[in-house]
Amino acid sequence: MVAHMKILIVEDDLEAAAYLTKAFREAGIVCDHASDGESGLFMARENSYDVLVVDRMLPRRDGLSLISELRAGGIHTPVLILSALGQVDDRVTGLRAGGDDYLPKPYAFNELLARVEVLGRRKGRPEQDMVYRVGDLELDRLSHTVRRQGREIPLQPREFRLLEYLMKNAGQVVTRTMLLENVWDYHFDPQTNVIDVHVSRLRGKIEKDFDTPLLRTVRGAGYMIKDEGRAEA
Amino acid sequence: MSRLRVLWRTTAVRLSALYLLLFTLCALLLVIYVTAMSQRLLANQTREAVAAEVDQIEAIYDRTGVAGVLRTLERRARQPGANLYVIASPTGEILAGNVAWLEPGLLDAEGWTSRPFLYQRYSEESGDKHLALAEVVELPNGLHVLVGRDLQEPQKFGGLVRHALMVALGIMGVGALVIWFVIGRNALSRIDRMSHATTRIMAGDLSQRLPVNGSGDEFDRLSESLNAMLERIEKLNEGLRQVSDNIAHDLKTPLTRLRNRAEAALAQGASESDYRASLEDTITESDQLIRTFNALLMISRVEAGSAVAEMSPVDLSQSVEDCVELYEPLAEEQSLTLRGEAAPAVVIQGNRELIGQALGNLIDNAIKYAAGAADPEIRVTMAARADAIVISVSDHGPGIPADKREAVLQRFVRLDESRSKPGTGLGLSLVVAVMELHGGTLELSETTPDGGLTVSMIFPQNS
Repeated sequence: MVAHMKILIVEDDLEAAAYLTKAFREAGIVCDHASDGESGLFMARENSYDVLVVDRMLPRRDGLSLISELRAGGIHTPVLILSALGQVDDRVTGLRAGGDDYLPKPYAFNELLARVEVLGRRKGRPEQDMVYRVGDLELDRLSHTVRRQGREIPLQPREFRLLEYLMKNAGQVVTRTMLLENVWDYHFDPQTNVIDVHVSRLRGKIEKDFDTPLLRTVRGAGYMIKDEGRAEA
Repeated sequence: MSRLRVLWRTTAVRLSALYLLLFTLCALLLVIYVTAMSQRLLANQTREAVAAEVDQIEAIYDRTGVAGVLRTLERRARQPGANLYVIASPTGEILAGNVAWLEPGLLDAEGWTSRPFLYQRYSEESGDKHLALAEVVELPNGLHVLVGRDLQEPQKFGGLVRHALMVALGIMGVGALVIWFVIGRNALSRIDRMSHATTRIMAGDLSQRLPVNGSGDEFDRLSESLNAMLERIEKLNEGLRQVSDNIAHDLKTPLTRLRNRAEAALAQGASESDYRASLEDTITESDQLIRTFNALLMISRVEAGSAVAEMSPVDLSQSVEDCVELYEPLAEEQSLTLRGEAAPAVVIQGNRELIGQALGNLIDNAIKYAAGAADPEIRVTMAARADAIVISVSDHGPGIPADKREAVLQRFVRLDESRSKPGTGLGLSLVVAVMELHGGTLELSETTPDGGLTVSMIFPQNS
């Protein structure tokens, strides 16, 4: 069902790169590796990748200049920046240089995988879809209404945005930090389970009176909204 | 000797030396000019007087002949302070007048003597010679008449002017030297004191400050800005030292625990599920470590200032609303009610992320510690004071005793009562750092006289 995603990892730590390559392959993603900035730039230009995972500090050419160079050359492959510098300002400079997402080291592989998948699918998914559908759940972005089996479910504005983000990435794992970033626009580590509480509240509203669950908790990673029935069919 | 050399290297001394040199040159030129001018003036006067008298004599000769001239000159020559008068034969023999001796050859040529000459009067002792200027005319009958004027007066006058100027110059020169010396010494001793203080600072005593004498001159201003810089460095240094202490104390403990756990799993290693459980624990533990580490780094970077300071207008009301909205379900889960009351559209210059995180930390704390309190209400309020905007988070939990409020703001300080709760002990430290970044303060007080805790973030207005 899913066409194989192809990504390039530009990372100078060979052990980390080997681990990532193996883990991505196990997740069904084709993975190339470049160990310095120059060869990374060359490979990204010569091949067509769905996502680039770029370490910020690289020999021969640093990550940010690699991205700027690519963008200057008209290549708009989504880029996820990995960095040991994890603070707010570094994030901002990373995104300004043309990166699409930023993940501070050390990170959980599940977090990286979820983000890469979201970035990779972004290309094919039309942003201007006005109605998102997952199974019998329907979200109308124009009128801000949510219906299930034709019945309207009243949601708070933030719950609506939460559901909107989950449905936009239906079938993909969305982590807690991704939710905090995209729904609340905050990039800190919430420490406690604030996001979980929001999600379970939302789940209560969209699943309470219905038989089939839609919103799954993915252990050790995050959440995923998916039409279970159809997936099994 | 080396002191003098050092003195010479100071800018003030070099400048005053240059001024002294220029001043001396100008003064010398002035002396030369003034004496030359006055001499010239006096010489002209002499010439004019002599020329007038010669004209008169010629006129008298025309009217009354030689006898008249002789009479007139005899009369004039006897007057006190008279000019020089000589009537000589065509061969140069002195026939009449008030001059006993002249430099020879003067009477031969008509007109002005080419230079001042020496002469001697009758009345004076021999050897007492004076300088004079004179004009010689030849009367139609062949007699030579010399009319001259003594140059002693003009020369005395010129000497007086020169002397007065030299004395004045000397006084000024000495004054300049004294001032130069005093300024130089003063500058030198202050620089010495500064460099002594600097040496002590370099030796590691960052609490030393450069001397300030309150005069507000350039040395003082320099010392003051250097002192401000030292203050900042000392603070950063202190922060750095604290971080390394914290790392030593509070990161080594969980690391040791992590290691022990892995070791124990290896040693006992029964079934695969045992391994799995140990590994999962290890990941949880290392996540907690990473979290602590990130929080520490974040605090020191916020404290270091500019690094994180992407400052832009922040709508505080929006921040309060967002945070209350974010934590509200969590509070509800703990059977607490979280209510926010934000005045609309209060905007300050700040960092939205950091303010949000700080406020989140405070609300999170309130939820953690007020859980199970008799009064379940947690209120986030916003008040505008004349000079500040105050955001307060008030709970009715156990509160913090007044004498411990200072301590909990420090890194890793957790009161005994809270050790059982999750957390890094860094939450409030981050809030303090964020407030400092915004030029504000953090205040802890009780919510009601009975207890509870109110934490107030005080943002100075127009910060």
